[in-house]
Amino acid sequence: MPLMRILAGFLMALTMAVGLAPAASPAQELDADTMALISRLPDGSYNDRASVVSALAATGNAALVPLLQALDDGNLYVLDADGSIVLGIKKGRDYEISDPVTGEDRGTIGTRDADKIKVNNGLRRVIGAALGQMTLMSPDRRTRFAAAEAVLKSADADSLELIDTALAAETDAGIAALLEQARSIVVIRNDFPLADKQAAIDTLAEKADRNAMAILKGALAEADAELAPLLQKGVTAIEGKIAAWSAVQNVWYGVSLGSVLLLAAIGLAITFGVMGVINMAHGEIVMLGAYTTFVVQEVIRNNYPGLFDYSLAIALPLAFLVAGLAGVAIERGIIRFLYGRPLETLLATWGLSLILQQAVRTMFGPNNREVGNPSWMSGTVDFLGLAITWNRLWIVVFALVVFAILLLVFNRTPLGLQMRAVTQNRRMASAMGIRTPYVDALTFGLGSGIAGIAGVALSQIDNVSPNLGQSYIVDSFMVVVFGGVGNLWGTLVGAMTLGIANKFLEPYAGAVLGKILILVFIILFIQRRPRGLFALKGRAVEQ
Amino acid sequence: MITAWLIRALDKKAIIVLAILIAIAVLVPVSNLFVPAGSPLHLPDHFVPLFGKYLTYAMLALALDLIWGYAGILSLGHGAFFALGGYAMGMYLMRQIGDRGVYANPVLPDFMVFLNYKELPWFWSGFDMFWFAMLMVVLVPGVLAFVFGWLAFRSRVTGVYLSIITQAMTYALLLAFFRNDMGFGGNNGLTDFKDILGFNIQAQTTRAALFSTSAIALALAFLICAGIVKSKLGKVMVAIRDAESRTRFLGYRADNYKVFAFVVSAVIAGIAGALYVPQVGIINPGEFEPANSIEIVIWTAVGGRATLVGPIIGAILVNAGKSWFTGLLPEFWLFALGGLFVFVTIFLPRGIVGTVVAGWNALTLSRASVKEEEGRNSRTGDPKDQPPPGEFAEPAE
Repeated sequence: MPLMRILAGFLMALTMAVGLAPAASPAQELDADTMALISRLPDGSYNDRASVVSALAATGNAALVPLLQALDDGNLYVLDADGSIVLGIKKGRDYEISDPVTGEDRGTIGTRDADKIKVNNGLRRVIGAALGQMTLMSPDRRTRFAAAEAVLKSADADSLELIDTALAAETDAGIAALLEQARSIVVIRNDFPLADKQAAIDTLAEKADRNAMAILKGALAEADAELAPLLQKGVTAIEGKIAAWSAVQNVWYGVSLGSVLLLAAIGLAITFGVMGVINMAHGEIVMLGAYTTFVVQEVIRNNYPGLFDYSLAIALPLAFLVAGLAGVAIERGIIRFLYGRPLETLLATWGLSLILQQAVRTMFGPNNREVGNPSWMSGTVDFLGLAITWNRLWIVVFALVVFAILLLVFNRTPLGLQMRAVTQNRRMASAMGIRTPYVDALTFGLGSGIAGIAGVALSQIDNVSPNLGQSYIVDSFMVVVFGGVGNLWGTLVGAMTLGIANKFLEPYAGAVLGKILILVFIILFIQRRPRGLFALKGRAVEQ
Repeated sequence: MITAWLIRALDKKAIIVLAILIAIAVLVPVSNLFVPAGSPLHLPDHFVPLFGKYLTYAMLALALDLIWGYAGILSLGHGAFFALGGYAMGMYLMRQIGDRGVYANPVLPDFMVFLNYKELPWFWSGFDMFWFAMLMVVLVPGVLAFVFGWLAFRSRVTGVYLSIITQAMTYALLLAFFRNDMGFGGNNGLTDFKDILGFNIQAQTTRAALFSTSAIALALAFLICAGIVKSKLGKVMVAIRDAESRTRFLGYRADNYKVFAFVVSAVIAGIAGALYVPQVGIINPGEFEPANSIEIVIWTAVGGRATLVGPIIGAILVNAGKSWFTGLLPEFWLFALGGLFVFVTIFLPRGIVGTVVAGWNALTLSRASVKEEEGRNSRTGDPKDQPPPGEFAEPAE
């Protein structure tokens, strides 16, 4: 009886996994009555045994499942020596024996020292029903759920009756749905009227997962002319649903990738937008933020382990400060001498990026450093059947929050006003009394600070190594150039578009080819709109 | 006509450069092959391919100078043309291995046997013939540069945007060549070469010959670039560099000039790559790294952009420095290279040659007449002396 074996196996795994008491300490669970029942198993006729089995099933104790399973398989023996009941596996001329309930090893005995407890078909039927009752009808919801899933996976013909009984008694909607599907599968696979099969196919098509489709397709292979078109229709319906569902999934992955790109690129968008400076060291500033997180976590691990869950909250302002100060220093020390020579700024900052990389490599070593996820960022959440990891979800939220704050800074603060003025027309802004060098330094500091906190976020999903920055720099450029300079919305749209497009291309073209296609697309796109999606209009951009 | 045009390029400076290059092409092989090993004039064997490598880098930097120095196109993807030329040469060298590979397949290179190729991909056919491979060395980078340049310049993609899309181009090629199913050896690239034109590639005489070829190719490339720069065409290029819109308003088709310069530059880079591969013995996708292309720019900047001689000196100096540094203090090479970038851009915007020339001009001028000091800027033609682009906002188009 394969169904019962699956059920029992599933249940055993379950009890072990969740550490349910019966498997571990049966002495407390199995009261004297149960023990007495078990000891009566070898006695009497098959009918007597059947009544014992039913009585055991009536206890509803899941710990008895292995025992019944062993009985079903004909592996249960009575020791001649003390009359105790053991599970025996034949090994050459000996039996390896163990306790049927606890699984405790009891060594080996000769084949002559034990008698098999015999079973016949009538008894097997009773055992099967008992197993089903103890699992599918178990009062424990988790046990039932596991059993229902097992039934669904196996879809055995003779389980229909059991499924129907269980279905009638089931109150939990999730388990009922599983059982319902199991029932459909059984109906399709076996000899039932066509109308019933049609109904069953419809039930399956509702669920629309790959398992259901595999079953329908399997049935299609051996279906007769009458049934085949119905099955085909069901398969098509499921395929449509799966396609729609994977589109939703791709959008989510794309948004997730897009928000990473957004975080990496947004600081660059600010510095490039306002000052027309391409900061090649931008990736390394992101890296500084990530290493700040690492240092913060190291300190917390060594001194205040209890604070670990707050490590990111502590790292965020620190990373902003470290990266922001580094940015101001870079602006004051190097970039300020190079205004009006954007290409040379690009070279100087590239040189700087090499120095920063090597400095980090010298200080922290060339290998990846361990940055942990706080507990609230690890694990997954199930959203409509979509497994969403918490850290991805938080990064999407975080990217959008950072974006919103920047938008506020740009549109609602005096600094933002000055930045926009300088972006649109530097000389005119200067003539109106704005201290452009001061705005430049602050803008660069702000852009770098944002890069720093992007580093904190990226440390949660990527390796923290000296190469962290390099892996993002080309992508960040693409986002900024694609979105258009001097416009935060452009960066948002650019990042999300590229992220989603990337994820949609991946299944068809593979990850690498998808990326190549995106790059080629951007190259061609720039031909059409040399200033990006959301270009600033006016004379200023024609410099 | 072309001869006349080239001869016109031969001013005093060009003749000195050519003489030095030809002297090197003769002297280095002689000193390596014919001077006995004990003599102080003898050049140890391993220096020949090393210096040869520097010369191909110099050629690459020269190619970049033609477009960056004289047409204002900062390509951050010139390594791609170099690598494409290198791959074309590598494919020829792979086919020359024949059945001497590990798997002894007479037609398929080892990596194809390993990846279960049944027959040679179509784009590998013809590469067993030297002339065809050489044609491809020129054509592949040239055509790519033409298509890319034609699209970009016609749409007036300039400045930083152009730099970034050239970077995207080389990055895309990097990713593509890393793929095993591209049929170019994937990650490992092409290597284990045996023969070139029937000569053993490991033999010292072959290496010396390759070195001489590199030096002569560099001399020819220099002559061509000097010819272009001296001609009226070159003058228009400089005009485009300094004020593209104004040049266009005067009736010049700026995009055509830029495409021309870009293609010539890419072809020179491709030839440099083709000479690089047999001397180094390997070509792999790493050559497409955007970082490599940026390094080319720094060679040019160190030597002095818009000088033609400068990039040659810059490439050789920086790479000799790199060999020396990585042998001595491997950890500090990136510090040194990074510091060089910052130092040169801030303190030596004209590069070594530009600074020396400017100093020399100032000296002769002040000796001749103090009054003429004012005219210095127009004489050097250095872009740095131009007002920054922001100062004169071009009228909107």
